[in-house]
Amino acid sequence: MNSTPEHHPLTSKAILWLQNAKQQLKIWLEPSNLEKLRPQLRFQTGVLAGFALLAAILLGLADLATRGVILLRQQEDLQANLAQVVPAEFHDNNLLNDSVMINSAEAKLGAEQTEAYLAKKQGNVTAVCFKFIAPDGYAGPITLVMGVDRNGEILGVRVISHVETPGLGDKIEISKSKWILSFNGKSLDNVSLELWAVKKDGGIYDQFSGATITPRKVVQAIRRGLDFYRSHQAELLGDEK
Amino acid sequence: MNLSVLFSAPYRKIARDGLWDNNVVLKQNLALCPLLAVTGTATNGLGMGLATMAVMVASNAAVSISRNLIPSEIRIPIFVLLIAALVTLVDIFLNAWMHELHKVLGLFIPLIVTNCVILGRAEAFASKQPLMPSMWDGLMMGAGFTLVMVVLGAGREITSAGTLFANASVLLGEEFRFLETTLIPEYKGFLLTALPPGGFIMLGFMVAVKRLLDNKLATMKPAAVEAVMPIAIVEGGEL
Repeated sequence: MNSTPEHHPLTSKAILWLQNAKQQLKIWLEPSNLEKLRPQLRFQTGVLAGFALLAAILLGLADLATRGVILLRQQEDLQANLAQVVPAEFHDNNLLNDSVMINSAEAKLGAEQTEAYLAKKQGNVTAVCFKFIAPDGYAGPITLVMGVDRNGEILGVRVISHVETPGLGDKIEISKSKWILSFNGKSLDNVSLELWAVKKDGGIYDQFSGATITPRKVVQAIRRGLDFYRSHQAELLGDEK
Repeated sequence: MNLSVLFSAPYRKIARDGLWDNNVVLKQNLALCPLLAVTGTATNGLGMGLATMAVMVASNAAVSISRNLIPSEIRIPIFVLLIAALVTLVDIFLNAWMHELHKVLGLFIPLIVTNCVILGRAEAFASKQPLMPSMWDGLMMGAGFTLVMVVLGAGREITSAGTLFANASVLLGEEFRFLETTLIPEYKGFLLTALPPGGFIMLGFMVAVKRLLDNKLATMKPAAVEAVMPIAIVEGGEL
């Protein structure tokens, strides 16, 4: 048995105090003691408060540990979405760093402000992309991203979230059908206003058998998106300081 | 702690109860809301089931450890507090480190809090039993739930989309991509089973099949009268 090493008197006091506290806690946690304590109101309040504090601390710590990581994930999501509508060869900048907030209250894009991301090649704007919402989908709002080039032609548009009927309205998703690709290359110039509708309404875009409202609303939303781009085109493209 | 205790009679009974005899969905008919909502595909069912199982083990453990501390008058608020905190931790963890799965399961992870199975087991079992049996019960009840989720999810997925385990690589990682199969190519789809009413109908059939199997098994073993194992396991010893 080793001889106990020399302790600083303060440390030995602390050690003794800890051992005493542990002893007291053990006695206090005896089932028979807790039996007596449980009906008491102040004990109940204390236990409830204790658990609440424990939960608050755990959640606070978890949030601290993951806040940065989660933010990173959301950035990655956004980048992945934007990459679908602006081809990589169109830009050499990070889209998330080159963005402009534009007032979209009247453009009916689903938000008061819309963030437009500028795709630049060697400092010149080659394309613009932004996220917008069709609030009147068949079963709920439909969120889209669209990329438009300098001439106002659609580089690509994708539905990134929706709650349309599976097997019917969900054909607006790229993973379910190529329908959304039929918008590539279209603009307000090469497709006149009356033709910006589904075929049933006299336009050029297909509807789905069994689901007309969904594609109709998507076509209308894309047209509003192009309107929005046109009305701010100078501002977006001429932003070459 | 000796792991061979898991093969002893009381633990085998807990396992049998959780997986079959007292299955939370097929026998207790609990947790139907998340069940119907998430079992559109087998993979979603599996992911949700595993998340629920993790929460059940943790919540049963937490309740069991503090069962002497918790006065019975305030036990429900404390159970709900513990479960909600645990589910929030799972949600945060998934959002940070399994982000694709988090996007797929979306709203349904926070809804695990409302899953009455977890509160039910805390109240009926963990608040009265020591730590090891409680964790085992959480694991087995969770496993039984996951089993039903996967079977129902597979059934709905095959009949509505013709695939099986679509997006398995999102949940389990690239090594499991081989699980993703298309059983019926060019399948036109059957809308009913893609939506909750169809899931409910399939669930009804599953409960009926379980009853049939139980009756068959009962007629096959008339002599074996199982001594009703008291679930209350004596405190002390290694537990």
